[in-house]
Amino acid sequence: MQLAVWTYEGPPHIGAMRVADSMVGLHYVLHAPQGDTYADLLFTMIQRSGRRPPVTYSTFQARDLGGDTAELFMAAARDAYERFRPQALLVGASCTAELIQDDPGGLARTLGLPIPVVAVELPAYQKKENWGAAETFYQVVRAFAGALPPPGTRRERRAVPRCNILGPTSLGFRNRDDLREVRHLLDLLGIEVNLVAPLGASPADLARIGDADFNVVLYPEIANPVAAWLKRAFGQEATRTVPIGVGATRDFIREVAALAGVDPGPALRAEDTRLPWYSRSVDSTYLTGKRVFVFGDATHAVAAARVASKELGFRVVGIGTYSRELAREVRDCAARHGVESLIADDYLEVEARIAELQPELVLGTQMERHVAKRLGIPCAVISAPVHVQDFPARTSPQMGFEGANVLFDTWVHPLMMGLEEHLLAMFRDDFEFHDGAAPSHLGHAAKAAPMAEAVAPAPVAAAAPAAAVWAPEAEAELRKIPFFVRGKARRNTERFALERGIATITVETLYDAKAHFAR
Amino acid sequence: MNSIAPRPSAGGCSDAPVLLERGQREVFCGLTGIVWLHRKIQDAFFLVVGSRTCAHLLQSAAGVMIFAEPRFATAILEERDLAGLLDANAELDRVAARLLERRPDIRLLFLVGSCPSEVIKLDLKRAAERLDARFRPAVRVLNYSGSGIETTFTQGEDACLAALVPEMARSDESQLLVVGALAEVVEDQFRRIFAELGIGPVRFLPPRRAAELPPVGAGTRMLLAQPFLADTARALEARGALHLPAPFPLGAEGTTLWLRAAAEAWGVEEARFDAVTAAPAARARAAVERVRASLAGRSVFFFPDSQLEIPIARFLARECGMRPIEVGTPYLHRAHLAPELELLPAGPTLSEGQHVERQLDRCRAARPDLVVCGLGLANPLEAEGVTTKWSIELVFSPIQGYDQAADLAGLFARPLARRAALEV
Ligand code: SF4
Repeated sequence: MQLAVWTYEGPPHIGAMRVADSMVGLHYVLHAPQGDTYADLLFTMIQRSGRRPPVTYSTFQARDLGGDTAELFMAAARDAYERFRPQALLVGASCTAELIQDDPGGLARTLGLPIPVVAVELPAYQKKENWGAAETFYQVVRAFAGALPPPGTRRERRAVPRCNILGPTSLGFRNRDDLREVRHLLDLLGIEVNLVAPLGASPADLARIGDADFNVVLYPEIANPVAAWLKRAFGQEATRTVPIGVGATRDFIREVAALAGVDPGPALRAEDTRLPWYSRSVDSTYLTGKRVFVFGDATHAVAAARVASKELGFRVVGIGTYSRELAREVRDCAARHGVESLIADDYLEVEARIAELQPELVLGTQMERHVAKRLGIPCAVISAPVHVQDFPARTSPQMGFEGANVLFDTWVHPLMMGLEEHLLAMFRDDFEFHDGAAPSHLGHAAKAAPMAEAVAPAPVAAAAPAAAVWAPEAEAELRKIPFFVRGKARRNTERFALERGIATITVETLYDAKAHFAR
Repeated sequence: MNSIAPRPSAGGCSDAPVLLERGQREVFCGLTGIVWLHRKIQDAFFLVVGSRTCAHLLQSAAGVMIFAEPRFATAILEERDLAGLLDANAELDRVAARLLERRPDIRLLFLVGSCPSEVIKLDLKRAAERLDARFRPAVRVLNYSGSGIETTFTQGEDACLAALVPEMARSDESQLLVVGALAEVVEDQFRRIFAELGIGPVRFLPPRRAAELPPVGAGTRMLLAQPFLADTARALEARGALHLPAPFPLGAEGTTLWLRAAAEAWGVEEARFDAVTAAPAARARAAVERVRASLAGRSVFFFPDSQLEIPIARFLARECGMRPIEVGTPYLHRAHLAPELELLPAGPTLSEGQHVERQLDRCRAARPDLVVCGLGLANPLEAEGVTTKWSIELVFSPIQGYDQAADLAGLFARPLARRAALEV
């Protein structure tokens, strides 16, 4: 039993949902109780999808457990086929259905549907979301990859080299924008993109996956098993460099150019990033040797450590990951930086390490953002689990040269904010700093706000005509209003009292004002 | 004087047929209640015994309001726990002990059952008794189930409160018990009104702190503040409490009728009742009136979510002039909702349970001006051009009582106003 408050990864069927949602023409029928439908909101709210994920839940209840659950699942699968007419069905069980052992794959096949059925078994009590996504992607590719060449077939070089891009998924951290950057780099190299998968691919498209000369693996957590199989089955080599940061992007260009047999020159010369110069400009001096702690999925953590140390001049004092599947990469990276690695999926452990190391900057996930906030340490988010903020309206990649620009901005700005925080803390008792002027996202400032609320004398109105006085009960009532609207409530009530010449604000006045201003 | 609109002569929806649906339900499970219950009972901790899915659900539902150290967590069952139940119990004891050590401020620990714990028949009742014997009196340990195979969304609160009932001391003293979690600001407003009416003592379930758990007995008369408390009400009745049937305190009318039920039970004179309620009711009506213009005449369609759908439809229909087309509820408690159904003007389809695809078909065909639905459906419907109000806010915001009536109306007016304002 593991005690978890927040988790870095969802259960493995969430990974399968991400693959299904990424693809076109694939529908996932999930054997699950009603409450598991919460997962839809990850797509509709975090990613702001304008459509529901292509998932049908069998929705069984306690009273079905005697024997009808299999029938419910079959009905759900049949209905899903009739209604959505997908090219293929993906079927599987959530944690609860795994315990009742209905065998969704077997059940779906007995339906005799005129489309292929891919069953994925994702052990919910052992594995997690990224593993589930990788396994699902692998099963789907194997099911639809088309005829394999006879063993020993040598790949012919084409006039225009072609690659697949593997790994981008729904709910992936900045995947949308990374993909755009990487396509741009491939374009500069004159390499054609045969297929992107799973994002945007249909089962029918996957039949062409063998047509590429090699594979670009953007997210090893998701695409490694597929890439390994494609190498065995089609002899396709795969990239190993993830182009996050200037150095890694240059390496990636060289690696891809070598795989494709083209000249890396055009892409290298088109290097369009301000990071190297900004990092050398004198105002960046204060970044030197800043102690950073890095935590995230293995890919982003390892990449961030390189950028932090080699491109921004920080000192990496700790690095860790929640991706046990790729723990070795992180251990190696830690060794290169001469620090201890932390392989953990318990955020309390990560918190303890951060508290112990007292870094000056945390590069982590949303979880570390909260930890850092509490500890009053600046933080930038570098990895999933994703948050609605990780789907910004603007293009904001992590990869490629534009990605390097984004990294510079997003990692350095919290430090600037750190300076600003300092000022806010210094001027804590200056009234102009509180009322409504909620400071930024960092720790001590956030704490300062309620404190100010408690100590600040009500309205500091130097030249105002006789402002109303708050009766103690009204003041107490006001404090029950959520802090983020309290300031407005206070101002509105005072305005209301002033306009009516009310000398003492009572609870009644507060609510009269509230009713008055109600829209 | 309170002017209450006459009850519809036909008895509203009292005898309306109910469309019973069975299929995919786009609803949360009862675990979700933890998100507001742990804010309400300030020294309680909720330990879900479940899977990674349960932990992920809580995290996703609570995502909007992350607290430094939330007073809930999940004991995630792993492969080796499933191997033998003895193990799982020992593990649970270990996890609970570690947790209580970390949090000496906790006075009440709930072990919350989930689908996996139910399916493997992990006996959390016995586990709670065992842990209770070990940690009392410093910490009480209770259990309930919030599993998705047994509970829908707000039913989790019902199960939690029902678990508290056996812990309530016995007292036959006369008291008014208000049942159902309310925001503190709302509780305090009601406290003041009851005091002015001379009704008392008034106690609330759940209490803000574990030690303030009210007593119950033959002198207890209870008002339900929420429509989803079937099991809790039954448990309280079994302990001698008398349920005062009333509509729910949503809107000026609902609040007046709800207060009146208590006033009648306490024999408060009509004149006094009017003197106390007239001003706030008028204030509420005036405030709602300002919102009404943007709602009147518009049609509204409810997907099932919190069981608040019928009372809210009644408010929107009678006080805001909206036209409910379909009112879906996950579960329809005939007895507790009877006063509401009587008030709800005849017309809408009432549906219970859900087949989400068929309901979406009905919704698209009906082309309502506003759809009230969960987070999984809201953005996809918006993308189809349908204006939506996501329903979870109705559970997280203070909406009961006179001074929140306009806020409640505002929740529905805002999406319409927004759509009208946008020109992109
Ligand atoms: S539906 Fe069941 S398995 Fe899913 S989150 Fe709720 S309790 Fe856990």
